[in-house]
Amino acid sequence: MERTRNERAWLLVLPVMIVVAFSAIIPLMTVVNYSVQDILDPYTRFFVGTEWFRDILRDDSLHAALGRQLVFSFTVLLIQIPLGIAIALCMPTRGIWVAITLVALALPLLVPWNVVGTIWQLFARQDIGLLGVTINAMGIDYNYTGSRMGAWLTVVAMDVWHWTSLVVLLCYSGLRAIPDAYYQAARIDGASRWAVFRHVQLPRLTGVLTIAVLLRFMDSFMIYAEPFVLTGGGPGSSTTFLSQYLATMAIGQFDVGRAAAFSLIYFLIILALSWVFYTIITRSQKG
Amino acid sequence: MNWMYWTVPTAIFFAVIAVILISMTLWQVAAPSPERRGLLPLSTTPGDRLFIGLLSSAYFHLLWLGLTDLHPGWMTAFCILWLITVMRWG
Repeated sequence: MERTRNERAWLLVLPVMIVVAFSAIIPLMTVVNYSVQDILDPYTRFFVGTEWFRDILRDDSLHAALGRQLVFSFTVLLIQIPLGIAIALCMPTRGIWVAITLVALALPLLVPWNVVGTIWQLFARQDIGLLGVTINAMGIDYNYTGSRMGAWLTVVAMDVWHWTSLVVLLCYSGLRAIPDAYYQAARIDGASRWAVFRHVQLPRLTGVLTIAVLLRFMDSFMIYAEPFVLTGGGPGSSTTFLSQYLATMAIGQFDVGRAAAFSLIYFLIILALSWVFYTIITRSQKG
Repeated sequence: MNWMYWTVPTAIFFAVIAVILISMTLWQVAAPSPERRGLLPLSTTPGDRLFIGLLSSAYFHLLWLGLTDLHPGWMTAFCILWLITVMRWG
């Protein structure tokens, strides 16, 4: 049966729309205006059409930054999702340790992004940092300021430390929502621990895992403060991700038109991913 | 509004978007359309189809600009047809 929707309720959103217009829509329109002009100073500008877009889309350094961004996002997902599930499976289900574990896991999520960068900058230093000194004492040459691999491993480890808790908390809530009857039925059938995970727990974690994967993908895709504070994008440009590339272009070089074109491309990528996120969530809720 | 550095093409672009959004809003307030399934692999309302049509048009333009040196007007003409197709049969 076809279902009609009453769109009149959208009029109630009008006050929010006015606030959003001033905080987001008008600035976004300004960015669109910037993106078709070469702005030399506040009084001198030239219309260049779509030249900045052509320039950005064919820029090898941007392609490299996009590649690094995708590799980074998929790497942290490949680590954080299985690790988050494993930790959630090991967590206590009753008693005082539930609260203690949840609080301990939530702590990294409360630390501001730039503070995380500062913590890891000190923690991983090879001269005074606990992690850096320990790794070097084991005979491994580790220096995140001079080695590309060291910088990458440190940025990934930092993100894993900061955000795996989110995956754990989502998976834990999903696991707690599974009725005991399923476990009882599995016990009667003599199912192994792996079979319980594969056929009882994992299928019922699909919803929360979808949220976890998409949240972590979008968030890691926009990462800025942590690697900026930790490595400054180096050594070379090995940890320069898209947002830092954009900030350098817009603020460092004051290349406003080019940065505006880049911002719009970046915005379209995030918008498409957000739409996928929204569609999957609403469809899974309907299902 | 001078601080926004307006140009004629961007003003026309936003005016067209505003007209489309206002028309769609008035249309849907007057006669709400049911969600339906067409060419697209999911059930959509007219608002969903407009969003999909506009977002995909933006990506088509980026592909055009990134891969060819031809004038973007050709792609704009194609995207108008694409938007009509998505709205009507999507």
